[in-house]
Amino acid sequence: MTIEGIPMNEAYALRVNGSEVPITDAWIGESLLYVLRERVGLTGTKGACEQGECGSCSVLVDGELVCACLVLAASAVEKDIVTVEGISPDGTPTDVQQAFVECGAVQCGFCTPGLIVATHALLEQTPTPTELQVREALSGNICRCTGYGRILDAVAKVAVSRRSVEA
Amino acid sequence: MFVPRSLADALQTLADVPGSMPLAGGTDLMVEVNAGHRRPADIVALDRIDELRGWSIGADTVTIGAGCTYRQLLQSDLAAELPALAEASRTVGSPQIRQTGTLGGNLGTCSPAGDTLPVLSALDATVHVASITGNRALSVHEFMVGVKRTALQPGELITAIEIRRRDGWQGYAKVGVRNAMVISVAGACLATDRAARTVGIALGSVATTAIRCAAAEEWLAPQLDWSSPIGDELAREFGRRVAGEARPIDDHRATAEYRSHAVGILAGRLLQRAFAS
Repeated sequence: MTIEGIPMNEAYALRVNGSEVPITDAWIGESLLYVLRERVGLTGTKGACEQGECGSCSVLVDGELVCACLVLAASAVEKDIVTVEGISPDGTPTDVQQAFVECGAVQCGFCTPGLIVATHALLEQTPTPTELQVREALSGNICRCTGYGRILDAVAKVAVSRRSVEA
Repeated sequence: MFVPRSLADALQTLADVPGSMPLAGGTDLMVEVNAGHRRPADIVALDRIDELRGWSIGADTVTIGAGCTYRQLLQSDLAAELPALAEASRTVGSPQIRQTGTLGGNLGTCSPAGDTLPVLSALDATVHVASITGNRALSVHEFMVGVKRTALQPGELITAIEIRRRDGWQGYAKVGVRNAMVISVAGACLATDRAARTVGIALGSVATTAIRCAAAEEWLAPQLDWSSPIGDELAREFGRRVAGEARPIDDHRATAEYRSHAVGILAGRLLQRAFAS
């Protein structure tokens, strides 16, 4: 099969949110972002800059935060891919998602899925981050609405509430 | 799509499949593919090759696998050995980029703005490359040929970067339009070697490749007594001489005049930091 001279003959399987998903008749150069949205049908991961500048497409690959637009989809075989749809195992909002809502950290919402995934990754690795650590950890996720203040509030709120649950 | 598990398999595949392109972290290659500027015939992914991913601190040198990510370069034992490389790595992109982008990829892309390249230049790094016909080692100065051009031959891969251990201060400084997620408008690395009594200064984003400022280094050497702090006038003059060796251009990120000014300031600042205590 060929589309506009591009051979579409790649077949592989990706493990997305715990499920094996077969990908067929794909082009070798497709990004993970493209495959997630257009072939797997998971549109929570947003596409904007397609050059790793904006963070809207942040997903976890083997537990690490990456830009899906800069991952060659076919190279992600055998790896665990978690998108914003897989962040909450039972479909109810996570504490991070709830805090974003309660703190007003969501305005147009386009950057939100990436920020949610990035915040989960941060708090997994650094449960009690300083404000500087939060700012550095989220520096690859651009938001043009909020001015970031309420996003920082939401992250701090989750960190505090997780501490009090543990105590 | 090839996903070799060993360096030997990767080299064989690159030799056997004409037009196949090695993929390290993908943070440069995928930008070009997404934009339609490159249409790879086939890809050899390098991220499962253990031989490319480790590093070792030997008696005289530090050897870093080409597949080490910027994030790995920030780890404490490497950062203690090569603080300027860690500083430069921390300024690359975002956590997402640092997670996947690699030192070998930065060299392989050879952008004039590659953040680690002035560091490798100031430290006179050696680049180890391999192909099915054998291995060779080049100085980083020979390796970097021009804008996104290297001395790599078809079928060759960067396997490791080796840097001589030294006793001395080293630091990296960079100017960009914001503190994160920014391509360097001007960058500089200064590294001292107390035993050899030498100071290396290299610049990024002000020439076709990262460059060393040999004339400024030579001028500086007799001015130093290696025990006193650097006065403002000496730092300024050093900065002027460093800026004089820059060959910047005007582009959408900055003017040549601004870049020359900025590298001069950065060089003077780094020199004062190096001898501050």
